[in-house]
Amino acid sequence: MRIRVDPEKCQGHNRCKAVAPELFVLDRFGNASAAGDGHVPPGFEEKARLALANCPEMAVEIVED
Amino acid sequence: MAPRKPVTDWTTDWDHLDPRWREDPFPIWDELRRSCPIAHTERYQGAYLPTRYEDVRAIANDSTHFSSRRVIVREVRPEPIPSPPITSDPPYHKPYKQLLLPSFTAEAMTRLEPKARAICSELIDKFIADGHCDAAQQYTRHIPVKVIAHMLGVPETDSNLFIRWIHEILELGITDDAVLMQAVREMEGYFAGRIAERHDNPERRDRPKDDLIGQLLEARIDGKLLDDQHLNGMLRLLLIAGIDTTWSGIGAALWHLARTPADRDRLIAEPALMPTAIEEFLRAFSPVTMAREVVKDTEIGGCPIKAGNMVLLSFPAANRDPAVFPDADKVIIDRKQNRHSAFGLGIHRCVGSNLARLEMTVAVEEWLKRIPHFTLAGDVAWSEGTVRGPRQLPIKFSP
Repeated sequence: MRIRVDPEKCQGHNRCKAVAPELFVLDRFGNASAAGDGHVPPGFEEKARLALANCPEMAVEIVED
Repeated sequence: MAPRKPVTDWTTDWDHLDPRWREDPFPIWDELRRSCPIAHTERYQGAYLPTRYEDVRAIANDSTHFSSRRVIVREVRPEPIPSPPITSDPPYHKPYKQLLLPSFTAEAMTRLEPKARAICSELIDKFIADGHCDAAQQYTRHIPVKVIAHMLGVPETDSNLFIRWIHEILELGITDDAVLMQAVREMEGYFAGRIAERHDNPERRDRPKDDLIGQLLEARIDGKLLDDQHLNGMLRLLLIAGIDTTWSGIGAALWHLARTPADRDRLIAEPALMPTAIEEFLRAFSPVTMAREVVKDTEIGGCPIKAGNMVLLSFPAANRDPAVFPDADKVIIDRKQNRHSAFGLGIHRCVGSNLARLEMTVAVEEWLKRIPHFTLAGDVAWSEGTVRGPRQLPIKFSP
């Protein structure tokens, strides 16, 4: 599983970082992007789905490998 | 002031100042969502009211047709007073917002947490021996104002002045332009004074980065310092936006917990539920309704939208839409999927959302720590207009 944050959609609500802190990083404006290369480590799939489901801007995307 | 004409038909004559809306707006929105999801009124020189999440979202993301030059639905439409970035459209919006965002990240907010906890705890000290309080007047109203005064770098003792201005601008100002203009002028004078102090006082100038006034005095857009009009507008915005909004959010959370012992007991037994509970309070009792001005004809959800009208952009109504939130009318403190729009959607996402979350969390936690059992002790009074929350919240408890 991989995640990506659409930088055009993200408005820095911080919800992904709140529900899945291991999977996202924030820039100095609070906008999110996927940590590392976006690969979701085993065991973190549910957190990735929660991040997607809680993003008010629908900016979080999940690609199942 | 003449009494308002009661609403006869919410689909063609809605009025957010109607006492029924103020008391309990949820059934009104639910009915409109079913029968007429984009309602209109001839009041306020013409305004639409979308109640579906998708329509609110579409409007919030469309600054071409829906301008932020006016963000409050009012009886009159005088020339807008700029308070960037909230009153700005692209491309002017982004540089102003980016000046503010680094000061309001979640990480920056963690540094404020001890201060926020101390404020809450000191407020509770003052009434806990009484066994009763008006939580809106003695607790929730003082928390955000003290925190934002601290962040701005103005005296906490000016709090009552700030609260009066906000009441005059956001509530009385909807129908009384003279009161609004007087409050804006007083705020302008106040901040002009605070800015002049910084210029005149070398001691303060030596540490300009300590607070938001200092930071904005040094801030540049395209290499240029902000002019006084824009700087003053931003400071007024920070003060207005950060106070009765979160006051309302904390108040609504305590109101719910006072009436719902099961949720109260569960939050005390399972403190790890606090983050989902706070998000759920934000969804179910979203305090803030914004507005847009239609500047070009368009269509939303199949409904023609005409330029010259305002739109009451009801994030609170969107957050009760059952198409997006199962059991939308129920407060579910462990709701796991919650993409609520309490802080807005699109480029105008509330710059203070992390601050509001911190203040709500700390205020509810500190309250439950000291006052785990409490009930309503009388009538609750709700604010009207742009920001909805309890302004009287009588509560009793065992001292």
